[in-house]
Amino acid sequence: MAFLLKSAHVVDPVLGIDRVTDVLIEGETIARVGDDLAADGAEVIDLFGKYLVPGLVDMHVHLRDPGQEYKEDIESGTRAAAKGGFTGVCAMPNTDPVTDTGAVVQYVKTRAAEVGHCRVYPSGAMTRGLKGEALSEMGDMVARGAVAFTDDGRGIQDAGMVRTCMDYGKMFGKVFMSHCQDNSLVGEGQVNEGVASTRLGMLGWPAEGEEVQIARDIQMARLTGARLHIQHITTARGLALVRAAKEEGLPVTCEATPHHLFLTEDAIDATYPTVYKVNPPLRTAEDARVLAQGVADGTVDAIVTDHAPHAAWEKAREFAFAPFGMTGLETSLALMITHLVKPGIIGYGRLVELMSVKPREILGVEPVRIEAGATADLTVFDPEISWTVGADGYESKSDNCGFDGEALTGRATDVFVGGARTLADGVVC
Amino acid sequence: MAFKHKHLIDITEYSDADIMQILKTAQAFSQVNERAIKKVPTLKGKTIVNMFNEPSTRTRSSFELAEKRLSADTMNFGGSSTSTVKGESLIDTVMTLDAYKIDCIVVRDKHAGAPYMVSQASPAVVIDAGDGKHQHPTQALLDLYSIWQRKGSFEGLRVGIVGDIGHSRVCGSLVPALKIMGAEVTLVGPGTLMPARPEVLGADRVSAHLDDVLPDLDVVYMLRVQMERLEGAPFPSIREYHELYGLTRRRERLMRPDAIVCHPGPINRGVEFDSYMADHPERSVILDQVYAGICVRMAALFLLLGGADNGLSA
Amino acid sequence: MGTTNPKVIMDETAVQRALTRIAHEIVERNEGTDDLAIVGIVTRGDLLARHLVERVRGVEGVEVPLGSLDISFYRDDFDTHFAPEVHATNIPWDVDGRRIVLVDDILYTGRTIRAALDAIMDMGRPKSIELAVLVDRGHRELPISPDFVGKNVPSSKGENVRLYMTEVDGRTSVEISELAPGARIGSAPLGGE
Repeated sequence: MAFLLKSAHVVDPVLGIDRVTDVLIEGETIARVGDDLAADGAEVIDLFGKYLVPGLVDMHVHLRDPGQEYKEDIESGTRAAAKGGFTGVCAMPNTDPVTDTGAVVQYVKTRAAEVGHCRVYPSGAMTRGLKGEALSEMGDMVARGAVAFTDDGRGIQDAGMVRTCMDYGKMFGKVFMSHCQDNSLVGEGQVNEGVASTRLGMLGWPAEGEEVQIARDIQMARLTGARLHIQHITTARGLALVRAAKEEGLPVTCEATPHHLFLTEDAIDATYPTVYKVNPPLRTAEDARVLAQGVADGTVDAIVTDHAPHAAWEKAREFAFAPFGMTGLETSLALMITHLVKPGIIGYGRLVELMSVKPREILGVEPVRIEAGATADLTVFDPEISWTVGADGYESKSDNCGFDGEALTGRATDVFVGGARTLADGVVC
Repeated sequence: MAFKHKHLIDITEYSDADIMQILKTAQAFSQVNERAIKKVPTLKGKTIVNMFNEPSTRTRSSFELAEKRLSADTMNFGGSSTSTVKGESLIDTVMTLDAYKIDCIVVRDKHAGAPYMVSQASPAVVIDAGDGKHQHPTQALLDLYSIWQRKGSFEGLRVGIVGDIGHSRVCGSLVPALKIMGAEVTLVGPGTLMPARPEVLGADRVSAHLDDVLPDLDVVYMLRVQMERLEGAPFPSIREYHELYGLTRRRERLMRPDAIVCHPGPINRGVEFDSYMADHPERSVILDQVYAGICVRMAALFLLLGGADNGLSA
Repeated sequence: MGTTNPKVIMDETAVQRALTRIAHEIVERNEGTDDLAIVGIVTRGDLLARHLVERVRGVEGVEVPLGSLDISFYRDDFDTHFAPEVHATNIPWDVDGRRIVLVDDILYTGRTIRAALDAIMDMGRPKSIELAVLVDRGHRELPISPDFVGKNVPSSKGENVRLYMTEVDGRTSVEISELAPGARIGSAPLGGE
C-alpha cells in the first residue's frame, strides 16, 4: 500500500523542516519527501492547508485493560487515541491485575496488536502491586516490551524504596516516571488546598504534597543516576525544582496535562462537579500560568493527557466517592492548538516537540523523522477546523471530559501508523 | 414580599433581606411555640423526609419537632439502616424517595455537596441539615436568631469564633451569614484548626490568641471540640486546649460587660468552657440557641414550602 | 399594579359612619362590654379593630381588650397566595371565656375567617366569636356569615374591593376596580403597591 500525501505543511523540528511539500509512503516507511512527487499506484491524498508532523505520542494513558473494561479497553482507548491524532500511547500499569509482571505486559502488547488503532507502549509497575513495598519483576517486563516504570496513581511513600527501584532498575536503561504524592500531607485530599477546599469544605490536596516528592525523587535520581520523569506536574514551585535539576545536568524531565494548563480550581464550584476531580488536583490560575510558561520555555518536556476514563455512574456520586481523573485523548491536540499555538505562545515546531519528539525520546522508542527511510508514523491535522467537544460523542467508552461543550480550533484528520491509515478524514479506521 | 428561594443549601445565595425575613418569621413562630397548643396547620398534607445519612440526634430532633408543629407528615430515612450503605447510590435513593411523592427532603450527609446532588435528582424542596465540612445553614440561622434577639442588630457587631474552624460546617455557613448581615468576624484558634484560606469564608481577622481578641468581642462563639477525632490530634492535649482557648471565669474579666457566649452544642464542660461560663445567666445563650433552632426551622420550612415559587407573586 | 379604573364606593365619611354604627351594634348585641374583646385580622382588620375599640370607649366609657391576629400559618390557600410576610400575632390576654369580635376589612370567600377561627381556637376556648366586616362583597365559598356589616357591595369575581386607611395609605376609602390579568385578589399591601 502506498500513499502520496500532497501539498502538506510538513513540520519536523528535528530536521528543521517547516514548509509545504509532498510525502510518499510505501509500505511501512516514508519513501520520499520532496516537491511535486508522483508515484504510480499510490493513493493520492491532498493535504493542502493541513499540517503533517511526526506521529503524536501520549506517554500517559489509562487504557483500563485488563480489569476495568467497562471504563475503557485497548480497542476503545486506542480508537480514542487515533481520533485525537496519536500514533502511540504509553499505557499505565494500574490495571487489574496490576501490570507488574511480564505476562501482563505481554497481554497488553498482544491485545494491542490484535485490536489496537495505534501503537501501545506498556509501562510496568515499579513496585509489586503498586504497593510501594517490594520490587516488581522489571527485567521480565522489559523482556516483554515494557518501556518505562511507574507506580502512577500513587506516590511511593518510602524514599528508600524509590532508591531501591532506581538502583536495581537502572540496568535496563528505562525511565522511572514518578507520580508525586506524599500521603502524610495529602491524606484523603479531594481538591487543591486553598480556595476550593475552604469554600467547599473538602479536604485539601496541598501543592506541597506534590513538591515534597518531586524534590525527593530528584535527589534519588542524583543518588542513583537513574533517568527520572516527573508525571503530570501541576505547581509553579514543582516546575522550579525540575528546572533547577535540569540546570544541574540531572537526567530529569517532566510532563504536563492540558487540564492542568487550561483548567483551574476555580472551575470547582458549589455544584461539586466531579468531572474536575483529578489527581493531582486542578491548581490555581497562577500555577496554570507558570505551567504554560514552562511549556513555552522548554522546562516542560511533554504534553500528556493522563486519559482516565470512568463510567458515568462512578462520576455521578458524592464528590468524595467519585474517582479521580478525566479523559483527554480526543481533545489534547485541539486544546494545545487553541490555547497555546493560536495565541502565539508556542509555534507548531514546539508543539511537535512536546507531543511527538520528546515523548518518544523519554520513552526510548523509535524516533520518527519526516525523511526517507523513517517509519511512517504520521499525524495530519487541520489547524482551522472549528468544532465543539462532545458534540459528536466520543470514541472513548467514557465521557468524563472536562472540556465537554468547549469550542476548539484544530483537529487531527489523518493518522498513519507504520504506513497503515488509522484515521481517514476524521474517521477511525 | 415573596420568598424567592426554592432550597436552603448554600447560605451565600441568601441576601440580608432573605435572612431577616427568616428571622422575623421565626419570631412569629416563637409565639406559637409558647402557646398551650404548639401546632399550626400550615403544612398539613405536606410530606417531609428527614434523610440523615450520618448520625445526628439533635439536628434531626429539632427538624422533626419543627415539622410536626407545622402539621407536616414526616418520615425519617437513614441512619445506620440507610440504603446508601447497602451500595445504592445517593441519586438512586433520592429517586426512590421521590416515588413516594414527597415535598421536601432534609439532608444530613457526611459528604460535602450531597444536598446539592439531592436537589438535582429530585423536584422536592431541599434543606441542608449539614453536609460534610461544607455548610449547615439552619445552624447559622439559629445562631443569627439568638444573636439578633440579644443584640438587636448585626451592623458592626464584633463576633469571635473560637476553635476548630477548619473542620466546621457550622463555620462554613455562619461566617458568610454573619458577613452578609454586616458583622465583623474574627476566627480564633491554632493553625492546625484553621482552614487553608480563612478569607475565602469571609473572615476579617484571624488570631491564635484568644486573650488578645476577647476584649473586643460582642459575641464569643465557642465551637465544639471533636473529642472523637483526637487521633493524630491538631493540639497536644485537652488540658492545653482548655488553657489556651477555654472560656473560663478567669477569662471573663477580659470580656465586655455585655458580651454573650454561644455554642452549637453539645458542649464539653471543662474543654470549651468551665461550668461558670457555660451556665452564665447573663452571657450564655446556649439554651436559647436550642430553642431558636425550632423557631428558625419552622420559619425556613414555612417560607420554602408554604407558597414560594408559585409564580403568582404580585 | 394589579387593578385598573378604581371607583370609590365608600368615602372617609361613609367608613367612619359605618364604624360608629358597628360599634353601637356590638355593644347592643352583647348587652354591654363584659368579657368583650376585639381582634383584628392583619393587615387591615387590625386597623379597623383599633377604631372600633376607640368607638366602644366613646359609647360605653370602657377600654375593651384589643388583639391582632396573623393567620398566615392557618391559610389553606398557599397555592394561590404568595409567601406572605408574617406579622406577629398579638393577643396579650387569655382568650378563654371571652366574647370575641373578629374584625376584617373585606369579607369575600370566607377562607380568611375560617383560618382565623382555627387560629383563635388553638389559643384557647372563647365563649363566643362574632364577625364584624366593613364590606361584604359576596361570593362565599364557606358557610360563614357576618354578624356586623358596614356595607354590602355586590361585586363580580373579576373585580377587586380594597380598603385604604389613612394610617398606612394616606387616605380612607373603599374602592372597587377591575382586576388586571394575573393580579391577585386581596388586601392592598401595606405601604402601597
